[in-house]
Amino acid sequence: MIVVDNVSKYYGAHRAVAELSFEIRQGECVGFLGLNGAGKSTTLRLLSCLLLPTSGRITVRGLDVVSSPHEIRKLIGYLPDTPPLYPEMTVSEYLDFAGRLRGLRGAQLSARKQRVVELCSLQQVERSPIGQLSHGYRQRVGIAQAIIHGPALLVLDEPIQGLDPVQIVEMRKMIGALRGEHTILLSTHILTEIEATCDRILMMHQGKIAAQGTEEELAARLRAHRSLVLEVHGAADALRAALAGVPEVRDARIEARGPEHLHAVLRVDDIAREKVSRAVVNAGLGLLAMHTESSGLEAVFLQLSQNAGRSLAPPQPAAPPAALGVQP
Amino acid sequence: MSNIGIIARRELAGYFRTPSGYLIAAATLLVQGLLFNTRALGGTKLSSDVLIDFLRDSSGTTTVAAVLLTMRLFAEERQSGTLVLLFTSPVREGQIVVGKFLSAFVVLSLLIVASVYLPALIFVNGKVSLGHIAAGYLGLLLVGAATLSLGVLGSALARTQLMAGVLAAVFIFIFFLAWALAHVVEPPLRDVIAAFSLYEQHFFPFMRGLIQLSDIVYYCSLTYLALLASTRVIQSQRWQ
Repeated sequence: MIVVDNVSKYYGAHRAVAELSFEIRQGECVGFLGLNGAGKSTTLRLLSCLLLPTSGRITVRGLDVVSSPHEIRKLIGYLPDTPPLYPEMTVSEYLDFAGRLRGLRGAQLSARKQRVVELCSLQQVERSPIGQLSHGYRQRVGIAQAIIHGPALLVLDEPIQGLDPVQIVEMRKMIGALRGEHTILLSTHILTEIEATCDRILMMHQGKIAAQGTEEELAARLRAHRSLVLEVHGAADALRAALAGVPEVRDARIEARGPEHLHAVLRVDDIAREKVSRAVVNAGLGLLAMHTESSGLEAVFLQLSQNAGRSLAPPQPAAPPAALGVQP
Repeated sequence: MSNIGIIARRELAGYFRTPSGYLIAAATLLVQGLLFNTRALGGTKLSSDVLIDFLRDSSGTTTVAAVLLTMRLFAEERQSGTLVLLFTSPVREGQIVVGKFLSAFVVLSLLIVASVYLPALIFVNGKVSLGHIAAGYLGLLLVGAATLSLGVLGSALARTQLMAGVLAAVFIFIFFLAWALAHVVEPPLRDVIAAFSLYEQHFFPFMRGLIQLSDIVYYCSLTYLALLASTRVIQSQRWQ
């Protein structure tokens, strides 16, 4: 349904997203996961014909975003990070307005309106001015606005942000109910909030898609990027020979940190600490310290999955939270 | 209902739902009434002169009202983030601009028509023709349309409402000052510059009860061009 081919977007010299390529199939529910500033909103805005890509090509149902935006706008329902609400209008008037803008009229409009009011549980506030609604209700009105014309593609930018836990559960239920009817793209910086809702997660980091898959697939893929760090007393050649005997070690970077003191960073297929330590000791070298170090990306991922409900500070590269215990 | 109608109707409701619309109307009518009193009660005068003075003052109050009515049109939506709803809907930029312009034009027209009791007083107590009043009001509507469209352009360009008002005032002032500039340059250029003058050249005939095609064409083209420029501005913003 959506094909993104090598798309980049620059704001002046600042790169928002770079060389993005992915595909989204009809009926899928895809979550964009990433820290603030990872390029999630930019990606969603590019898909919603709100931003011109600097390079690359985006097509929605075979239509090019740049050359036929008018046709694509008919297919899309978009909820930005702050819902576009007019405080002086009542919910009912607002939905009428949003429906008419998307070409609904008469009986069709009232039927759709009734349906989205039910779907978003807005019956109680239908006659209230939007300015008087709570944050949770506003968010729901924002979603109602995005789905009133039954768009093939629903784009939700941070739909869960700022909601309390009860509202989050309701929102998750609502998005669940919309699956199947629409292809859904949503963004979040909190993994646990979308893992149950989405078929697939695209993890974005620094304007690129760092990894994709289900939550377990992501975790497994990122674990594979871990490295094993050794502090060894002995000669570099002896260490290299000892490590060559362990098949799980794919790559070893060894540097001298003083007389007879080596610092080695290993890429290992699995957590093969036991085999590595045995090999080092059997070669007659002194194993001073050994610990695993997660890649920056895994640290980010762990932070994303742990930060449910809390606001997010930028990652602290100095202290990777995934560092496992130091073994003598 | 067309897209223009849908947008115009929502904007109209916006004017009447919030105090701003009433406040602008009340202030304009109050100032207009006060100005009228200073003109009409100031000693012995020909009634047609009073009408001319009234129309001149009214072109000023109409201009101020036009700026106040239009400054929110785009700038407010930009500030509150609702412009995204229009931008992601299958609506053309021109339809958005014209819809917003029309809603302001309806309000301003109501406002202009509401002041008709003042010339009616002159008509009852003095000697002026209905044609003179009608010509003057046609002129006011045309000045209103032109200044509104410049206000729409200001609002399309500005980030805040205040900035929109300032920009609109600057645009209008440039066309206003064309007349003063025309007085100090040499003949061939003088006529060219004078032809752009928003009030002196094109409104004064209406003020004296004269309807000339060239004046109507001037106001209509100015309105059209300002709205066209606004459409271009919105087009480029839609992709940012």
